Amino acid sequence: MIGWLDALIQGVLLGGLYALFAAGLSLMFGVMRLVNLAHGDLIVLAAYAILVVASKLGLDPFVAMLAAIPILFVMGFALQHVLLNRTLGRDLLPPLLVTFGLSIIIQNGLLQTFSADSQRLRSGAIETASIPLGGGIAVGVVPLLTLVSAIAVIVFLNFIFYRTPLGRAFRATSDDLEVAQLMGVDVNRIFAVAMGLAFVVIAIAALYLGLRANFDPTIGPARLLYAFEAVIIGGLGSFRGTLAGGIVLGLAQTIGARIDPEWQILAGHLAFLVVLAVRPRGLFPRAQD
Amino acid sequence: MDDTAAGPTQAFRIETAGGSSRATAAGALIILLALVLLPIFAGRNLIQDLIFLFYMLALAQCWNLLAGYAGLISVGQQAFVGLGGYLLFALTLIAGLNPLLAIPLTGLASALFALPTALIVFRLRGAYFAIGTWVVAEVYRLVFAQFKPLGGGTGTSLTPSVTSSVLGIEWAKTWLDVRTPAARDIVSYWMALALLAGTLAAVYFILRSRRGLALGAIRDHEAAAAGLGVDIYRIKLAVYVATAAMTGMIGALIYLQKARISPDAAFSVLDWTAYVIFIVVIGGIGTMEGPVIGAIIFYLLQRNLADFGASYLIILGTLGIIIMLFAPKGLWGLVAERYDLTLFPTRRRLIVRDRGDR
Repeated sequence: MIGWLDALIQGVLLGGLYALFAAGLSLMFGVMRLVNLAHGDLIVLAAYAILVVASKLGLDPFVAMLAAIPILFVMGFALQHVLLNRTLGRDLLPPLLVTFGLSIIIQNGLLQTFSADSQRLRSGAIETASIPLGGGIAVGVVPLLTLVSAIAVIVFLNFIFYRTPLGRAFRATSDDLEVAQLMGVDVNRIFAVAMGLAFVVIAIAALYLGLRANFDPTIGPARLLYAFEAVIIGGLGSFRGTLAGGIVLGLAQTIGARIDPEWQILAGHLAFLVVLAVRPRGLFPRAQD
Repeated sequence: MDDTAAGPTQAFRIETAGGSSRATAAGALIILLALVLLPIFAGRNLIQDLIFLFYMLALAQCWNLLAGYAGLISVGQQAFVGLGGYLLFALTLIAGLNPLLAIPLTGLASALFALPTALIVFRLRGAYFAIGTWVVAEVYRLVFAQFKPLGGGTGTSLTPSVTSSVLGIEWAKTWLDVRTPAARDIVSYWMALALLAGTLAAVYFILRSRRGLALGAIRDHEAAAAGLGVDIYRIKLAVYVATAAMTGMIGALIYLQKARISPDAAFSVLDWTAYVIFIVVIGGIGTMEGPVIGAIIFYLLQRNLADFGASYLIILGTLGIIIMLFAPKGLWGLVAERYDLTLFPTRRRLIVRDRGDR
């Protein structure tokens, strides 16, 4: 019984990580209807960026992440402005194929620069610290911080979307691109800002990815699939749904792993397919499409 | 006023094949015959290279039909390559069937697997469909990794008794006077050629049929096609299942030739989908000629640059992005637009003739 309770708690905490992976994807979809196949690889790239900043400047990963955020914001802004804005339009193929190409470039670029060795972000005692809850159940500090950060990111994104002029522009371009342009919204810049913001979320996700487990250049695509599953389970266009979707996915994986360790990933995928079969628009749908 | 002037002054005719394409049909037959007889002269390396080229081109034609015509952009076709490979291993190693009998069965089984798969992934639209198919491919990979009779996560090999039981090996040995491994390659080569010719013929005749007209309409404008009475869902489902069957059979042949299978290789997104997408995009999506050009370019790149490993893949990715941005119709699109060329006449042309001409 305790084992199952523990699995549930760990599942919710793991869901926090998946919600962080998914928040960036959800943001890109919410603003520019972009489905980014390089999302997972961008998270891994950001993890390496934090690693480099941390080791070169001798900083703690948390501080290094803060230092890397402006760099990543600019990278995201530039990527959208220079490359991805050119691909958006009625045709689905260009954004998909350009981001797929980007995924291959990032993976192999990282492979060449950092080799296939797995890496980890080191942050001293906090990595292994845990809070006992009694009854033999303990909660790791880093997993707990992950969940808290995920909730904070979701609340922050909701605030930007619904309480700021920038969010108004985001929603306007998402609802009707042409009318937004007629109203004087500089769509290219708005999209670039959204991507910059998504990269900040990616940086936060990357920090916890690197603190919780080893990473290497090849793990990006699997993170993309988790992020995607969380977005679809939660329902397109809803940040709160994305958080819930991440937690459902985390729960499915830990429960699956509890039955047989080899079934962890498979159980997550199957939960996704079941939701798709039963509630194709997700648990908390907002957007159509 | 003359009465006849009010009537139509022009006659219309719709044509799919012109004189030049009859010449290419003859050319295609000559090329096919030459390729069939090639093992008499060619060395083993060339034969092996061509087997690879044929597989990739057949896969590319399938993906092109799926993405270029039906608008089903899948990044999960490795599901059916791996499925075909694994089913071949199961049918020959466990059920003891002859490989030649097993291959059409894998096609049938792949179609049966594709049907329920489609019912789920078709709930996702556009770009989401793409990632959904990828998830399904991962599910297939993880399930086969659990299947212990075929080696689980590490995979397994075909026994020599299976690989040598393919029809024609003995015959090729005596007729061409080669050793068993070379004879195996030659028979694999013929099978790959037959499969490629079959795939090309199937895609060609589908595109020239009424269904093909509907597919072209979907490619050009889905909403308009639906408005004109095309049953989009049914046609997409039919194309998805048909390409799954073809892809499954290609997968079976690939792994019959490789004689060794593992879940990670058989369900590799890079080998069976990324390369295939690259071929179609470089050559020109939505045409039958494009993948042919793309496959040849891919083969040349692979031959000359594959030793560079990661940089090679970076070059491929960059090339794909550049083509997508600056020449979205691919290399064939550039050539065909300028010279009005067509090798596989699948487009309908409106021939307009003034009445006075005759």
